[in-house]
Amino acid sequence: MSTPVLAAEPGLMARLTRGGMPGNAAGLMGLLIALVLLFSALLPGRFATYGTLQSMMFQLPELGLLALAMVIPLISGGLNLAIIATTNQCALLMAWIMSTWLPAGAGGPETVLVVGAALLAGLILCTAIGLLTGFLVATMGVHPILVTLGTKSLIDGISIWLTRGTVVSGLPESFQWLGNGVLWGVPVPFLVLILAAVAVGLVLTRTGFGISVYMLGSNLEATRYSGVDTRRVLIGIYTLSSILCFVAACLMLARFNSASAGYAQSYLLVTILAAVMGGVDPFGGFGRISGLMLALVVLQVISSGCNLLGLSQHLTLAIWGLTLIAVMGVKFLVAPWLAERLARRPA
Amino acid sequence: MRDLAARLTRHTEGLLLLVILLLGVLLTLASPYFLTLSNLVDLVESYSVTAILALGVFVVLVAGGIDISFAATASVAQYLAAYVATAWGLPALPCIALGLLVGLALGCLNAALIHYLRVTSIIITIATMSVYFALLMWVTGGKSIYALPDWWSTRVVLWQTETASGDLVRITLPVLVAALAVLVTWLLMTRSAAGRQLTAMGGNPEAARRLGVNIAAMHFLAYGYLGLMAGLAGLVQAHRVGEAVPNAMYGNELNVLAAAVLGGASLTGGIGTVGGVLLGILLLAMLQNGLNLLGVSPYFFQIVIGLVILVSTSITGLSARARRRDRRAVPA
Repeated sequence: MSTPVLAAEPGLMARLTRGGMPGNAAGLMGLLIALVLLFSALLPGRFATYGTLQSMMFQLPELGLLALAMVIPLISGGLNLAIIATTNQCALLMAWIMSTWLPAGAGGPETVLVVGAALLAGLILCTAIGLLTGFLVATMGVHPILVTLGTKSLIDGISIWLTRGTVVSGLPESFQWLGNGVLWGVPVPFLVLILAAVAVGLVLTRTGFGISVYMLGSNLEATRYSGVDTRRVLIGIYTLSSILCFVAACLMLARFNSASAGYAQSYLLVTILAAVMGGVDPFGGFGRISGLMLALVVLQVISSGCNLLGLSQHLTLAIWGLTLIAVMGVKFLVAPWLAERLARRPA
Repeated sequence: MRDLAARLTRHTEGLLLLVILLLGVLLTLASPYFLTLSNLVDLVESYSVTAILALGVFVVLVAGGIDISFAATASVAQYLAAYVATAWGLPALPCIALGLLVGLALGCLNAALIHYLRVTSIIITIATMSVYFALLMWVTGGKSIYALPDWWSTRVVLWQTETASGDLVRITLPVLVAALAVLVTWLLMTRSAAGRQLTAMGGNPEAARRLGVNIAAMHFLAYGYLGLMAGLAGLVQAHRVGEAVPNAMYGNELNVLAAAVLGGASLTGGIGTVGGVLLGILLLAMLQNGLNLLGVSPYFFQIVIGLVILVSTSITGLSARARRRDRRAVPA
């Protein structure tokens, strides 16, 4: 990977252009307000409505949870390319259990039992995948891109081989509530995302494990020499990432009422895009969950606005990419100016 | 003999060669059809597009970068060339030139963004991949171009012969183009000053800059070269299948990357040989071909690719670690 070590003076300048830039959240907030105003003006009476807000809250959680699964390895200086594969395989397993073990017209207790078994199996599968990935990353000394490229191919391959690329469907209605229900006027999947984001945020900032994740991202060797068991932390990172895939799998399964090895494949790189836009340093060490969530909301507003304007799905993806490049460009232009301002301020 | 084995396994290329020879023997024993000239030529032909792409990716990897956008670039170049060839009826040369130029331009755009915005290459190329591909799908509406002109879709047989068993062996244009791409890439990386400078930049960009390497020029060379190769691969792919489908090559990025990395090109830059990349592709091609001949379900292939990536990276990672330990144990 190319390292931008070319900046003439490191120190402040380098720190500002990296992820920990103070103006990042403010900039994204400004962009978000500008977008909302723009779409409200373009779509009078159609964009700024509760219905639009609710539909956004239904659509955001899948990408949001997958982005959370990606951001933890990213902060540690790694990458998990297997998140979509893990999510799909988990959803397939749970869908298979629910559709084959549940007899038609089953009563309440039986449904609860089978759904519980399916969830448990999914959780076990994801934990196992995470432990294995973490173990490989920790012991092989190979870049996580390569390891997870391998696990992604392997997991996808197994899913495709077992299902022959078909879709597994037929879930109990009570399970679909998780994806389509509304609680206190707020879509249930959105509540799940908020819970997961708060939990991940707390783990990253309030626990020793979380601090180690950031340290690992800054300098793995230094972290090890300061007495942190980096192998255990790495295994923890990829296990946590996989467990978030399990949550994403539950939501996707409930929303689509089906599972397939081919779902959401286009989200893989978008999660990286969202994380970087949210101020996560792709080299690791810096990044906040709040920034990621803000970036996700920006992406969702663009997507919903374009959709209401009748623009194609493809154009939305192009605009997402252009937005990321624009955010990068603004960061690059603003950072030197900000550094100058800070330097001029009397100490 | 043991000495030879030790020398072979010290480098990724040697290790790959051993694995390939072993696999070749196994496949020959398992299927009498494997070691026939026509099968081997088919094998090379079917992986020609992957080879061209992987060579471009290899140059970027050696220069210390990574590029995810090449499949999107190839699709855009292919579609634009196919469009002017069919809608405007332009002759062969301008169409081919256009395809190559579009690839080159998109690659240079990547280089400009990476160099001037100082953003890591994987992020920029993920963004440009989305932009290139999404714009292509939006503008074309996902419609394929089936009626390619004859000069493009007609099979060009450069040399053919009939073997004793009656099989027809044909060396076709894609094989020649891939061979030329190999030659040019090899010349660039080993016989030119620019190649040395690319390798130096991949190894340590700051050191290379202080030695007077023009980093901007090197970025444009690496990503521009990959863009050019992507354009070429797009043209060859359309030639092979006889149509231009906007999303035919998209989604294959990670497999091409795997082929280059399998051959020993390091993601951290500065390491890798053209021979290694070719061996990596050959291994993947032999595996796919062999599984086909053995009647294994094509659904199984993805699993094999995953296992091969995991095993090969584990071996290189562990052997690098063992070498470091050896060096520490025996002070020079």
